[in-house]
Amino acid sequence: MSQTKSSNGAPLLRVENLTKHFSVRIGAYGETKATVHALDEVSFDVQRGETLGLVGESGCGKSTAGLTLLQLHQPTSGKVFFDDTEVTGLSDKEMRPLRRRMQIIFQDPYSTLSPRMTIGNAIGEPLWLHELATGQEAQERIAKLLDDVGLNPAFAFRYPHEFSGGQRQRVCIARALACEPEFIVCDEPISALDVSIQAQIINLLQDLQEEYNLTYLFIAHDLAVVRHISDRVAVMYLGRVVEMAPKEKLFDNPLHPYTNALLLSVPVPNPRQERQREHTVIQGNVPSAISPPSGCRFHPRCPLAFEPCDHEVPEWREVESGHWVACHAV
Amino acid sequence: MSVLLDVQELQTRFRVRKGHVYAVNGVSFQLEEGETLAVVGESGCGKSVTMLSLVRLLPPAASIENGQVLLRGEDLLQIDQRQLRDVRGGQIGMIFQDPMTSLNPFINIGTQMAEPLIYHRGMSKKDALDRSAELLEMVGIPDGKARLREYPHQFSGGMRQRVMIAMSMSCEPAVLIADEPTTALDVTIQAQIVELVKELRDRSGVAVIWITHDLSVVAGIADRVIVMYAGYIVEEAPVDALFEDPRHPYTVGLMGALPSLGGETGTRLTTIGGSPPDLVDLPDFCPFHPRCPYAIDRCRTENPMLEPVAEASDRGHNAACWVDIRDVKVQTETDTAIAGG
Repeated sequence: MSQTKSSNGAPLLRVENLTKHFSVRIGAYGETKATVHALDEVSFDVQRGETLGLVGESGCGKSTAGLTLLQLHQPTSGKVFFDDTEVTGLSDKEMRPLRRRMQIIFQDPYSTLSPRMTIGNAIGEPLWLHELATGQEAQERIAKLLDDVGLNPAFAFRYPHEFSGGQRQRVCIARALACEPEFIVCDEPISALDVSIQAQIINLLQDLQEEYNLTYLFIAHDLAVVRHISDRVAVMYLGRVVEMAPKEKLFDNPLHPYTNALLLSVPVPNPRQERQREHTVIQGNVPSAISPPSGCRFHPRCPLAFEPCDHEVPEWREVESGHWVACHAV
Repeated sequence: MSVLLDVQELQTRFRVRKGHVYAVNGVSFQLEEGETLAVVGESGCGKSVTMLSLVRLLPPAASIENGQVLLRGEDLLQIDQRQLRDVRGGQIGMIFQDPMTSLNPFINIGTQMAEPLIYHRGMSKKDALDRSAELLEMVGIPDGKARLREYPHQFSGGMRQRVMIAMSMSCEPAVLIADEPTTALDVTIQAQIVELVKELRDRSGVAVIWITHDLSVVAGIADRVIVMYAGYIVEEAPVDALFEDPRHPYTVGLMGALPSLGGETGTRLTTIGGSPPDLVDLPDFCPFHPRCPYAIDRCRTENPMLEPVAEASDRGHNAACWVDIRDVKVQTETDTAIAGG
């Protein structure tokens, strides 16, 4: 399936050395200024029609990456190109027509819908804001969108509290689709849902992608889900992308020791295999992004760490076609 | 092996404005010495309430209506509060999902860890602190003695969960109840905690009840599995039998809905249509039938009991289903249509 998607031609989205630092105050009285290195020199691109998975543990900067490339955070430095237009540095007014084409679905469908707005109005708001439809036409569009995401069009007059978590996430997806975007950032869209509902939403996202030729950046911490839905996968650790490859390569032949450790941490849903497989557990915790380790940020936990790792940042390089990695040991 | 914990016909309900929510409806199971039992189900299926009922750690709106909880022959539902205090933390240890809210942020780790040792074991404060330092090192927190003076916020999430495990194991309980202990943790930390609990279990022989919604974690840790739905046990089996030969349509659905690192890609996930039911009435039908692709007429009028499955590959494999699903081929491609209803 993934091979048929075009990887030739210009990418729909290109991210170059994107960096986002946050200033915070720490200490009991906030007397010390510090910088959180949430995102450091991240580069990747997303081809039209593909799904790029972005995985990593909490605090690795994967959500910051999604928000910053949509200009919902002002980047500290770096550039983002959408369909060959540079979006970094555009004014809000210049950004608006582009926002119609780039949408986002968030993790928690409970806090992203206004409890005082009917779901029909929630879905219709982007239509009115972008002046895409009004009156009867808008109502028809809303009904069509509800139908697209598997909800009864008669639900348009109901409020969010009348729906379950999975149904609310369907509403959020309908709202993201309303202005006919080309690109959607899915920021952990299924983490808050039960297992049986997760599968429904994954299938829905895949169906919609096929129907409307959508491009996804799929952010998640669940490697099995990312493997299922993505064409290519990028792995983040402490603000940096450490490896990126087509999913078959990444999961069958991980090159970065962190990717490997992540894959070994995932439990296998088969008791006989679980008993036989080796359980090498990665030691320690993710360090603070306020004072990230020098050199390769993974070196304090890395089983392969050697001389240059603690002072030299490993180069982000393509070791074979389409397989990028940042590691001295590879 | 002898039976350590014998739960019979446990029934717990919550009083709400419009009547009652029937959270646990006649749940019976046994736990043997040294065994690890996993309890699996989606949110609201009653798995946590069942286990909290065992030690009567329930909010005021909840009441246990019926049942017996026999720990080595003693009914925990009949004993008084004083005796119950000796059971909690003494014979039954507990770990909860969120280690931040289970530890007191104002009291240092040492004082919190020493408390059960002083209460249950009658240790002096000094002995209790020495023992706590040993326990911290046992759960993989180096330099235990110095860290006893630290406060919960100085520990990371995984470390706090280690502290909770050390505390719950400190009085050498017979049963350890772990309520989604890794759900709030990252996958690499989850793997560390699972390995730690396995190691402690093998060393001390404690019986473990591991509550989770994640079937893949179950495969690596459990001897036996209970699957719950709508306050009922719908399937119960040794772990290999459950994964290789699941007999309840809900278990089959859960497994199909789970993408795995070794599975086929480019295929659709099979889904369970619809969403879990409200538990405001006690059903006189199978609670799973509205979502079940195998449902027959009988499922709509009679609630099946948990019974041994036909031609079981292993002993102790029970399911509550009218249909022998091995005989039936079904289409499961109706998810979007049902979700709207």
